[in-house]
Amino acid sequence: MRTLVDGGATGLAVLSTVLVVAPLVAIFIYLIYKGASSLNLDFFTQIPKPEGEDGGGMANAIEGSGILLAIASVIGVPIGIAGGIFLAEYGRGTKLANAIRFTADVLNGVPSIVMGMAAYSLVVVPMGHFSAFAGGVALGIMMVPTVCRTTEEMLLMVPNAVREAALALGVPNWRSVLSITVRTASPGIITGCMLAFARVAGETAPLIFTALGNSFSSADLNRPIAALPLQIYVYALSPYDDQHRLAWAGALVLIVLIVLAVSLVRYVTSRGVLKGAS
Amino acid sequence: MGVGIEVTTLNAWYGTNHTLQDINLNIPANHATALIGPSGCGKSTFVRCLNRMHETNPIAKVTGTVRIGDIDIYADAKPVEIRRRVGMVFQRPNPFPTMSIYDNVAAGLKLNGYTNRAALDEIVEKSLKNSALWDEVKDDLKKKSGASLSGGQQQRLCIARALAVDPEVLLMDEPASALDPVSTSKIEDLIFQLKSQYTIVIVTHNMQQAARVAEKTGFFLNGRMVEFDSTHKIFTNPSDKRTEDYITGRFG
Repeated sequence: MRTLVDGGATGLAVLSTVLVVAPLVAIFIYLIYKGASSLNLDFFTQIPKPEGEDGGGMANAIEGSGILLAIASVIGVPIGIAGGIFLAEYGRGTKLANAIRFTADVLNGVPSIVMGMAAYSLVVVPMGHFSAFAGGVALGIMMVPTVCRTTEEMLLMVPNAVREAALALGVPNWRSVLSITVRTASPGIITGCMLAFARVAGETAPLIFTALGNSFSSADLNRPIAALPLQIYVYALSPYDDQHRLAWAGALVLIVLIVLAVSLVRYVTSRGVLKGAS
Repeated sequence: MGVGIEVTTLNAWYGTNHTLQDINLNIPANHATALIGPSGCGKSTFVRCLNRMHETNPIAKVTGTVRIGDIDIYADAKPVEIRRRVGMVFQRPNPFPTMSIYDNVAAGLKLNGYTNRAALDEIVEKSLKNSALWDEVKDDLKKKSGASLSGGQQQRLCIARALAVDPEVLLMDEPASALDPVSTSKIEDLIFQLKSQYTIVIVTHNMQQAARVAEKTGFFLNGRMVEFDSTHKIFTNPSDKRTEDYITGRFG
């Protein structure tokens, strides 16, 4: 009887695992089936051809996504980490910290299209036009709450004994926080940044009213810029079969890039130094 | 060289909890002084008042005077300056987990802006020799992390780290209570050697340990210091009934 129950429990666990993994595998297989045939060197080197013409690629969108994510990271990572440090090291138990924590949690749940609208009214309207900068700001704001909360949680995992050890050596508090606590928690903080990064990498909605999209290659932060998710969105709605195929290929490239980012996270966390701490 | 410690009417609180009441005590320079007493009697709080670590807890409060050498530590200096002169070793070994053995020992100097590499190498070697760890780690100083050592080695690493900033006083809060007997005896040997150069204050639950390493012993009970005398007198002929009850194992 016991073996039977045990077997049943194991079976359920295996079944659940399969159910968790199956959608990802199915999406991946379907993307490869639909998109792999359109993946060629042109996809990575050419910009889109005029409507109706076959061929062309998404070089501008890949490059644009790279630029947008760079801006987003430059904005979101420092603000998020600084916020997390405040929550864990300075504001513990204060009303201000509770308010910030609550705000971050709410911000995390705000639909991405609303972030786009916020960036539209805060950046696009004052500037008078759509721009890469506005898109980067929208994505950057979206990264802040995730980075902030994971930073806080990772810092709270650092044993108090480590902080005391630094203070007892006569190290000033700010120095102890930056060089000891943050450094000890850094693998976890990096994981949080990568997750936030991977999440905004696939966002389309906040870019619609901010980065807008661009059929040409552009590195000008002051002008509209292309992005992979935007380009996929536009192509998927187009009436041309060739653009549908490019959209599938774009989706495949996007998911591969995200899988690469998550693998990097796995690599970083498996080397986690926190595990060695007692 | 070590300096003496002069404590006058020291009182300490955690929130509303009056953990130390009117402590008066003179700790001699270049000797080991043991503090014994049951759990919660205030002996750990007391040593944390000697390097101003007590006040790192936001609900903690302290009054009274503590003179270390010629400095009144609550009036004349900032906490960081005091902590550089008064080193501390904690109950559980707490090396910096992300740092190599070398960086652990050098941490106190490096984080205070000391950059002379050749001098650092020398200080690290000297500190590790002083803590009797050098021979065990000299080949992988920069390769191994401090956290990869055994518990006893980690504690000696923490002692080396405290010695590297060249303190005058070394506070040890139950430094061997998390260690096995072999590591414990190594730590005790170490205390024996170090007390010629430093003033050592050691909190311990282990009365034999106090008897083995310390010239002077103080007995704490319920936030007060009941008796302070030579170790020999405390363990053979205490003047207070409560001390006698404690050392003969009638309570605590």
